[in-house]
Amino acid sequence: MCLGIPGRITAITDTGRLMAMAEVSGVRREVSVACIASADLQALIGQWALIHVGFAMALIDEDEAQKTLDALRDLGEAQETLEQMAQSEKALAEGTLA
Amino acid sequence: MKFASEFRDPTAARALLAAIAAMADRLGVTREKPVHIMEICGGHTHSIFRYGLDKLIHEGVEFIHGPGCPVCVLPMARVDECVEIAERPGVIFTTFGDAMRVPGHRKSLLQAKSDGADIRMVYSPLDALELARRNPGREVVFFGLGFETTTPSTALSIQQASREGLMNFSVFCNHITVPEPIKALLDDPDMVLDGFIGPGHVSMVIGTHPYDFIARDYGKPLVVAGFEPTDLLQSVLMVLTQIAEGRATVENQYARVVPEHGNPVSLAAIADVYERRPSFEWRGLGEIDASGLRIRPAYAAFDAEEKFGIGYATGHRAVPEIEGCACGAVMTGKMKPTQCPQFGKGCTPEMPLGALMVSSEGACAAYWQYAGARVAAE
Repeated sequence: MCLGIPGRITAITDTGRLMAMAEVSGVRREVSVACIASADLQALIGQWALIHVGFAMALIDEDEAQKTLDALRDLGEAQETLEQMAQSEKALAEGTLA
Repeated sequence: MKFASEFRDPTAARALLAAIAAMADRLGVTREKPVHIMEICGGHTHSIFRYGLDKLIHEGVEFIHGPGCPVCVLPMARVDECVEIAERPGVIFTTFGDAMRVPGHRKSLLQAKSDGADIRMVYSPLDALELARRNPGREVVFFGLGFETTTPSTALSIQQASREGLMNFSVFCNHITVPEPIKALLDDPDMVLDGFIGPGHVSMVIGTHPYDFIARDYGKPLVVAGFEPTDLLQSVLMVLTQIAEGRATVENQYARVVPEHGNPVSLAAIADVYERRPSFEWRGLGEIDASGLRIRPAYAAFDAEEKFGIGYATGHRAVPEIEGCACGAVMTGKMKPTQCPQFGKGCTPEMPLGALMVSSEGACAAYWQYAGARVAAE
C-alpha cells in the first residue's frame, strides 16, 4: 500500500469529481486525478501516472513507467496491488447483495 | 551470484558498486567500523533484500532499517480499536489488506472477520466511499493508516463525502508522518546514524524541504531515492560523497518523480482535513511528539473516533506489547531480526508475533523471505 503503481489514463469518466479510467498492467480501474489535474482534463488521456491507492499522484514518462513496473514486479508489489484491486471488486459486489 | 540476471542494468550496478567501494575506502570504513546509513522507507528495505544489496555493497557500509513501514509501527492498541469498531452492529469496516494480519491483543482483523464481523479489504478509500453510497443503512468505516503517501487519499475522500453529504462514511484516522520519528531517532543517544536514504513516494507528496532539519540541525546527509536497485546504489554513493566532502544537505536522486515542493493539491487537502495530534504512539518507538494526525473539528461528522468514542484520543489505554517480541529493538536498528530469540521460531510470516513479520516491507519478513538460507549459513 506504500508504493504507487504506474497506469495509463485512458478516459475521463467524471469531470465534476475529477475521476478517470486508468489501465494498470491490463486491468482497468477508475482513479481520481484530482492531484494531477490541470484546466484541460482531456490532456491527461494517454499520459502515464503513478497511481497510489486509487489516486494518480504524479505524471511520469513512459520509460519511467516501464522501469517502475519492472521494479515493482521484482518486489512482488505489482501482483499484490492487482490482487488488491480484485479484492475491492469483490468487496463492492458484496455490498450490492447486502 | 547471478549478477547479470538480477539487475536489468548490470553494467551500471557494477560501476556504482565500484564507486561506492572506492568512496568507502577513502572514508576508511570497515566491517568493524562501518558507516551506518538508514533507509527510512519499508519499500527500500524490501528492495535492498530482494537484490541482496547489503551483501553486494562494500562491507564498510551498513544499512539500518528504519521505521518506514506503517503496518509495522502500528501499536496493538490501534488494532484492538479497529476490531472494537468492526464488531459494532451495522458497521462495514474497510481496510487495506496489509493491516488484516497484524496481531491485536484479542485478535487480528482477519480473525475478527472469520468470527463474523463485516470487514472488507479494499484497494482504495474510494471503494469505501462507494460502499457507503450503496449501503445507506450501514455505517462504513475506513481504516486510515499510513504515511504521507496515503494521507492525501483519505483527506480527499473525506472532502468528497462532505460534498456529497455521505453521512454514513467515516475514517478511523491513524495516519502518521515521516520526519518526526527521524528526529526522535536522531535524539536517541544510543543511535549511531551517519546518513539517510529518504523515502521516494512520501517525498512525492511532501517534497524535500521537510527533511531540511536533518542536515541543518543534525549535520547528517539525506538523499531521496527511487526504488530500482541502481537508484538505491546511486543514493548511497551520494550520501557517502557528502560525508567524504564534509557536507550535509538534502539531495534528490528521484527528481524525475519527486518535486522539490511536493504535490500542492495533496498538501492542501491534508492541511484542510487534518491537524497534528500533540503526540502519537508508535510500536517499538513509544510516544513521539507531533507524529500523528487527527481529523479537524470541521470534519468531525466523518471522524470514526468521534462517532464511536474509540481511538487514541479517547481515554488512551496503553496495551503492553507481546512478551518476547523485540520489534522495537529491531525497528530502531539496535538488533538485527535474526538476533531476536523469536525469529523463525515463535514468529514466522504464517504466524507472526510482531508486526515486522507481517508486512513484506517489514525488516523481519524481508530477512525471512530473501535471506533465510543465507542467514542460516552464516
